[in-house]
Amino acid sequence: MADLELRGVTKAYGAAEVIKGVDLQVAEGEFCVFVGPSGCGKSTLLRMISGLEPITGGEVRIGGEVVNRRGPAERGLAMVFQSYALYPHMTVRQNLSFGLENLRATKADIETRVTEAAQMLQIDKLLDRRPKDLSGGQRQRVAIGRAVVREPRIFLFDEPLSNLDAELRVEMRGEISRLHRRIGNTMIYVTHDQVEAMTMADKIAVLRDGRLEQFGRPLDLYNAPANAFVAGFIGSPRMNFFTGRIAGGAVRLTTGETVALPGDTFDMAEGAEVTLGIRPNGLHPVDSGSGLSVTVTGVERLGGESYIYGSTQDGTAVTVHSPGQTAIEPGGAVTLAIDPAEAHLFSAKTSKSLRKGAAS
Amino acid sequence: MANFITRTRGRQRLHWTDWASYAYLGFGVLLMFGPVLWLVLSSFKTETELQHYPPRLLPYVQQTVTLPGYDDPLLVFHVTQGPLAGQDVAQVRRIGLVSQMVRPDDPTTIVKVPIADREPVEHVALATSNYQKLFQRFNFLRFLWNSTFITVVATAITLLVNSMAAFALSKYEFRGRGTVMAMVIGTLMIPQTVVLVPLFLITRDFGLINTLWGVIIPGAATPTGVFLLRQYMLTIPDEILDAARMDNASEWKIYWRIILPLSAPAIAVLAILSIMWRWNDFLWPLIALSQTENFTLQLALNSFRGEFTTDWASLLAMTVLTLVPVVAVFAFLQKYIATGIASTGGK
Repeated sequence: MADLELRGVTKAYGAAEVIKGVDLQVAEGEFCVFVGPSGCGKSTLLRMISGLEPITGGEVRIGGEVVNRRGPAERGLAMVFQSYALYPHMTVRQNLSFGLENLRATKADIETRVTEAAQMLQIDKLLDRRPKDLSGGQRQRVAIGRAVVREPRIFLFDEPLSNLDAELRVEMRGEISRLHRRIGNTMIYVTHDQVEAMTMADKIAVLRDGRLEQFGRPLDLYNAPANAFVAGFIGSPRMNFFTGRIAGGAVRLTTGETVALPGDTFDMAEGAEVTLGIRPNGLHPVDSGSGLSVTVTGVERLGGESYIYGSTQDGTAVTVHSPGQTAIEPGGAVTLAIDPAEAHLFSAKTSKSLRKGAAS
Repeated sequence: MANFITRTRGRQRLHWTDWASYAYLGFGVLLMFGPVLWLVLSSFKTETELQHYPPRLLPYVQQTVTLPGYDDPLLVFHVTQGPLAGQDVAQVRRIGLVSQMVRPDDPTTIVKVPIADREPVEHVALATSNYQKLFQRFNFLRFLWNSTFITVVATAITLLVNSMAAFALSKYEFRGRGTVMAMVIGTLMIPQTVVLVPLFLITRDFGLINTLWGVIIPGAATPTGVFLLRQYMLTIPDEILDAARMDNASEWKIYWRIILPLSAPAIAVLAILSIMWRWNDFLWPLIALSQTENFTLQLALNSFRGEFTTDWASLLAMTVLTLVPVVAVFAFLQKYIATGIASTGGK
């Protein structure tokens, strides 16, 4: 058990800089998720923490010690890989005990720890099988088990669920969360799936192009995204964005509509170019009154809820979440009321949030 | 399987293409196995039979009979003409064109028979004396030991050295890796005869001439082996090595516990190839070894061929014994060779 701290960590392959200075603090026992689109450097960052990838600049501290120059074995971490990376020629038992043997644990100690981990992950009946005879979910459990037996200071997960089918992924998600609650270790988890991030994390680090965009608790990221990228990345379906300009204490959209926002929430400099962000559940179809007029292009009826897809006059795509079942049909026009309390405002130039008191 | 082999183009009768195919395949079998069969049968022939003209396929042995008053068994002949015509008699001795014969039922009376009037009485039999002679008169076991020692030790060293090189060239990123690989492959283009003299000089300077190690060491690292193993190791996912590193495995342990077991199919192929190369190797041992007690089987075979005489019976028998291990290795492991070479893309 240990905390993790990154200080100005950078990584460059020759002239190409892939990690451009990341500062991050993960407290002991926290479940931290690195999330971002593919190519954002989240896996590279994880490998730098693990020691598999050398660090170009900055410091990685584990439990207060700088570990930059230590090899992966000496950092006391364990990692679960995307492809599971089980040793194909060893049985499950040998897979689990390989690391302990290398640590020169006694036979009896290895036996108890393997048995314990196997029971916890319900793979105790598979111990004498080889990885090729296991299903995807079972392999995943073995890969986690291999990390658990080592009793590492920090667990690292590199997109561990991306090779599983949807149903199994949900199940394993719950299982990893339970594992975290049970053993209480610090865990770093890399994924490109924001749903995994939202459901599992104590803290989320959103990365883009080797930079940390925002770091915080899932709902803080959802409620107060620091910039348009985080706002668009966190939450499903995506947030709707409209471009506009501040005019008279309200946002005048390029489509012509005006949206009044509470002035004490946002910095609204007169004439500034802005992006208005509203999540699908901040828009409501209304029968009459003012609002955004939208041409409906598609409707998804899920029974308990519906999603309406449309586009504004200037072609901006709009997604609306509507609880219950809707009578709106594709091809028609609909007027949408904007809930000012659900609105987010970003500078069009820097894409930073204009929310007062927002971390910039 | 039987269905596959016996299927034909013609439905009921054999189509002419079937005849052609079978004829072609039969010719192939004859071409491949004919010499081997001839060799094996000949190795069981006596020296006389080997000199027999016209040559016969099966090994024949002349019948002999032991008669009272004669120490050695006497050769039996069938007389075709003269007073004894139609009888089988034993030859006591032959003087010029006349042989002195005795009837088996009357061993004391000598009858003279012109040699044109008699025919040897023969039957098919295996003359195992050729093989016995190998062990009695020649130091066959010594040659066998030399060959076996060279083959086994050289193969072990080859596998170790080549797999280490292949591991480094496939799994480590370092400056000049491509150049090193190109140079290794490049040596494939240099024929052995070109480097023979420098190789001899180096081996001599190391004092390895006339030792078995002088045969083993120079050929231990083979470019084919490095290439074959490297291509196979490239298919092992890097994540497995990373997992092992996270599991506190040293690089040596990764090589020994992860890379080697996972490369087993390619290593098996290389082992088979190396065994066959080493066992059949002739040119380099001929140069490096000059004392008889260090000879390999191949060199011993060569020494049976003299400038004026050749001991065909021993030569053939030893050739058969020399073939047996390679044939056995190939017969049992040929399926690995085919699959292994196919999967590694080697030649």
